[in-house]
Amino acid sequence: MAAPLNGADVASVVARAQTLFDDLSFSSAREWKAAEPGRKVIGYMPIYVPRELIHAAGMLPLGIVGGGDQLEVIHGDAYYQSYICRIPRSTIELGVSGRLDFVDGMLFPSICDVIRNLSGMWKTMFPHVYARYFDVPQNYRDEIGGNYYVNELAELLHDLGTLRGKPVTDDELRHSIALYNENRRLVRELYEFRAQRPWQAPAAEVYLVVRAGLVLPVEQHSEMIRDYLAAARREDRPRRDNCRIVLTGVFCEQPPLNLIKSLELAGCYVVDDDLLLVTRWLTADVPVEGNPLQNLALAFLHHSESTAAKYEPNLKEKGQHLVRAVRRSGAEGVIFACPSFCDPALLERPMLQHVLKDAGIPFIAFKYAENSGQMQPIREQAGTFADSIKLWSAP
Amino acid sequence: MSTVFVTPKAKTKEVNKDASMLKQKEMMAAHYERLTNAPQSGEKVAATFVPGNLNELIMCFDLVNNLPEVNAIQSGLRRQSGAYVLEAEKIGHSEDVCTYVKSDIGMMAKGNIAPNGKKFPNPDVLLLSYTGCFTFMKWFELLREQYQCETIMLHTPYMGDGKITPNMIEYMVKQLKEEVIPKLERISGVKFDIDRLREYLKKSAKAEDDLVWVLQSAKNKPSPIDAYFGGIYYIGPIFGAFRGTDDAIEYYRFLRDEVEDRLEHGQGPVTPDGDMGKERYRLVVEGPPNYTNFRQFWKMFYDEGAVVVASSYTKVGGVYDLGFRHDPDRPLETLAEYCLGVYTNRSLPMRIEMLSNYVKEYDADGLLINSIKSCNSFSAGQLLIMREVEKRTGKPAAFVESDLVDPRYFSAANIKNRLESYLQMIEQKRASARSAA
Repeated sequence: MAAPLNGADVASVVARAQTLFDDLSFSSAREWKAAEPGRKVIGYMPIYVPRELIHAAGMLPLGIVGGGDQLEVIHGDAYYQSYICRIPRSTIELGVSGRLDFVDGMLFPSICDVIRNLSGMWKTMFPHVYARYFDVPQNYRDEIGGNYYVNELAELLHDLGTLRGKPVTDDELRHSIALYNENRRLVRELYEFRAQRPWQAPAAEVYLVVRAGLVLPVEQHSEMIRDYLAAARREDRPRRDNCRIVLTGVFCEQPPLNLIKSLELAGCYVVDDDLLLVTRWLTADVPVEGNPLQNLALAFLHHSESTAAKYEPNLKEKGQHLVRAVRRSGAEGVIFACPSFCDPALLERPMLQHVLKDAGIPFIAFKYAENSGQMQPIREQAGTFADSIKLWSAP
Repeated sequence: MSTVFVTPKAKTKEVNKDASMLKQKEMMAAHYERLTNAPQSGEKVAATFVPGNLNELIMCFDLVNNLPEVNAIQSGLRRQSGAYVLEAEKIGHSEDVCTYVKSDIGMMAKGNIAPNGKKFPNPDVLLLSYTGCFTFMKWFELLREQYQCETIMLHTPYMGDGKITPNMIEYMVKQLKEEVIPKLERISGVKFDIDRLREYLKKSAKAEDDLVWVLQSAKNKPSPIDAYFGGIYYIGPIFGAFRGTDDAIEYYRFLRDEVEDRLEHGQGPVTPDGDMGKERYRLVVEGPPNYTNFRQFWKMFYDEGAVVVASSYTKVGGVYDLGFRHDPDRPLETLAEYCLGVYTNRSLPMRIEMLSNYVKEYDADGLLINSIKSCNSFSAGQLLIMREVEKRTGKPAAFVESDLVDPRYFSAANIKNRLESYLQMIEQKRASARSAA
């Protein structure tokens, strides 16, 4: 097919994103590292790390979100009991099988006890790789949680400076903050576009394009989103009689791509979700002027996404982010898709469901694993949900 | 699939107990009376957790301490937790999550009845001491939704790098000074008195000395105590509502005397069936026990002459045997250090080192892990712990699985099989060591 005159077409952008998604050896990150001597790659897991710090140190932040449904887990299962979710075992598999042998450091954010303990496992299993549990405050007062977080950021920055052999400067950080601000703005624009015209930006495509940001340098990823948005706006696609839903619970272990596709095939346009939150964790631009660590800390405290891994100090505010997401995106219902054995998502779910019930928003729930293969029950459940919304929720 | 629950038998066989166990039972009963009479007495109630339990601080505000984990354990021991867990699942809680939480929520749904048959009072405050377990945060958010009461968060950072940093201490002390104490003052109506806190901390340290002496008495051969099944009784007062009290000092002095006496007479631990016979195996155990079949589980050990000489579970409410004591001269800092240092807040490499040292210092035959289905804080990574401890000590390790208070996940035959195979493995190791010598 000939390339369009005014830029990349949807298919080519998505094909590139799909190639990156399928590549369990992380070739693009390996190539980036090999392109210049001394380059380093720092892996990170869900839910959030300040990628600006890694970038400012001249390193590539590499998002590791498990092995998906294409990775055969041979060694990883020997490290975990059957009642533990799948993401740590496939991550161990990536490590043990040498797929992450080019990674110079790993960050394990504060999300749950499993990822927390994985940080210690990584230290034990890969003692020559820098590994850090990245803690974040659960207190949101500037002088308490804020100070603590600034010091944690400073420690991480110091470690990254030591890894590259030169301290990271404030100007380097400011430059990186500006780039990530732009990237987050583009991700938000993409989400807004999808919410307005979900038939023009199917959920699986949006997912692939956003996910590419886990492996590409931020500058390239921003370019990719721009290309996709431009192409998707140009392309004319048929609008289906689907309902509009918010997908939630998918913030750590990733659902198989087929699951996301199945939801739309079953009649549900995904108009918002909590997939890959790291790409839009900070909900407003981080100021570029002033103390960069302080700015990142304040953004975390006051302008970041709500999710199960965060404590909500205000009872009245609990779950309201989901109601707002429904209202903002014009959704008609919510689908809770939680990974099996995921403590944060599953413990949070009843509270969110109570809030939705009070707000009169319909919902359904099911569980998945990153390697779930059988989509028929999910399609049936989502299809019935879509039908019920179309039949009974119409004004 | 239908689930059948075993109901308590009308009359069980007389169970042997140490005098200290009986004393502790009285203390617990008195505490439950005080707690359930709170609406009449006018005392205010603070619900909080065992790891990161700030009992000395709670007492400074004349609050009565209520520990939902301990209530879940009581429900498990009384074989009520199975029905509570099912009740919670019926109202929307996942089968995959912590059964302490579900037992607690199910108990609330079924009237919130305490072990003394009276109703638990609603808490006046939920003191969310978020230490070493992510689920705690969600648990108290769930309870807050039910009770609609004030919740105070005290966030304890995780010891990911195996050390306590000044930043962690400063963060925690600030939270105590600027969040926890002012809110407790407002809720209780009692002004904070730091000297009162110092007095309680002094008492804590005294009891902690005796607890450590008791736990370390297991280094003797035969061990006069079982540091897991028996140890769970020993930690009750200090992990619960008694740390910082004269009652705790008296209890641990009494317990120490009792153990000293057993030691003098060369006796092993007291089990529910009386004095344990000859000590044949010395084990270190990692992980919490199962409570729904607690005695049956213990019996599998003592029937084989296996005594647990050290365990990690008896460190979830404080790791005292590595030297930490509450320090009245640094009252807020010491509370922070206490929370930071509890077992489940320690990194996996720290846990590996601690367990390996236990195997060596207590001259154990090996490590047994009881992996708990619904406790990711403990369980995630235990298979690596097992391999590493084996590697570092040269002693065999074994793995059994059960749950805290969900009777559906206790398979006696499986556990017994694995335990027996493990003990045979130890015998073989001994035989090959003898022939090599």
